[in-house]
Amino acid sequence: MVRMLEMLSVWIIPLLLFAIPLIGLLRRVKIYEAFAEGAAEGFQTAIRIMPYLVAMMVAINIFRSSGAMDALANFLSPVCDQLGIPQDIVPLAIMRPLSGSGSLGLTTEIIHTFGPDSFIGKLASVIIGSTDTTFYILTVYFGAVGIVNPRYSLFVGLCGDLIGLFASIYICQSVFN
Amino acid sequence: MINAIWFLLIACGICYAGWQGNIEVVTSSAISGAEAAVTLAFKLIGVMCLWLGMMKVAEAAGIVRAFSKALSPFICRLFPTVPKNHPALGAIVMMMSANMFGLGNAVTPLGIKAMQELQKLNPHKKTASADMCTLLAICTTGFTIVPATIIAIRSAAGSESPAEIVGITLLVSLTATVSTLTIDRLIRLFGQSGSRR
Repeated sequence: MVRMLEMLSVWIIPLLLFAIPLIGLLRRVKIYEAFAEGAAEGFQTAIRIMPYLVAMMVAINIFRSSGAMDALANFLSPVCDQLGIPQDIVPLAIMRPLSGSGSLGLTTEIIHTFGPDSFIGKLASVIIGSTDTTFYILTVYFGAVGIVNPRYSLFVGLCGDLIGLFASIYICQSVFN
Repeated sequence: MINAIWFLLIACGICYAGWQGNIEVVTSSAISGAEAAVTLAFKLIGVMCLWLGMMKVAEAAGIVRAFSKALSPFICRLFPTVPKNHPALGAIVMMMSANMFGLGNAVTPLGIKAMQELQKLNPHKKTASADMCTLLAICTTGFTIVPATIIAIRSAAGSESPAEIVGITLLVSLTATVSTLTIDRLIRLFGQSGSRR
């Protein structure tokens, strides 16, 4: 199972990079020119999202390195205890929607502290694997097309993170304990 | 909401740092955050060019159209206001497949492509359309079949069975995706009156 998944994750990108141009060639597409045309769009888009990324990452960085995030985690941990959220998971739960690299770092830390096969280690793995960085996605996707009013989508995204968190805890508890 | 959260993140950080007596951390973290954002955007240029280039080849070869045709009965239901055969459907399908196979780097360019196609159908260019909100709901719950990164971290940490979490992750993300899409649909049906400014 592991071998197969590892094989798949190693092979899938080379396969795509081979298959797409091959099919294009068979269909007589000018693949080199088509690629360059698409790539030109990529350049502009990456530049367009930069201001939105700066805005978001400055705010998150201040919040995190001032210690306010850890204080919030400490403050919330009695409440989380009542809800069945393990104390060691609280910082990860707060970080997950804010920063992808930050939450991956926290997960790696948890896995190394408690061991990958401990309950907390498995729980952190499931949380990181089943949710995504809501603020980053909102910033980048809406920033790229110039949307300034995201309406209710941030609320829906954060609901998704919360549901993912609780589903992870309850499903992990019933499977691993 | 995003304005309030953005302000709260900054204000809480500054107040807390001031209260703890290490206000200088605010300046340095603001600057390093800004630099990190630009570094990230520059790194994204390469990935964006690569995958949007491939996407253009796939589009010209008819791969995208074939894909979206095969999956459109399902996708159309999620995005009821997108006309059939619109290029947005193809882009959405490509993004969802990239997400499912854990192609981390390829998801962002394809997701942006899908957003750009939806923006063409959006009557209010500064305000997200309902379909855009649905697409965002799908992205943020990140439905993944092969969580490759976490498997790699677990095996590097010496786990006895690094892929043990795959089944549970699938179950959790399916639960989260289905319930999030339900919430999104409920808001779409009942909660629109006050929110469109």
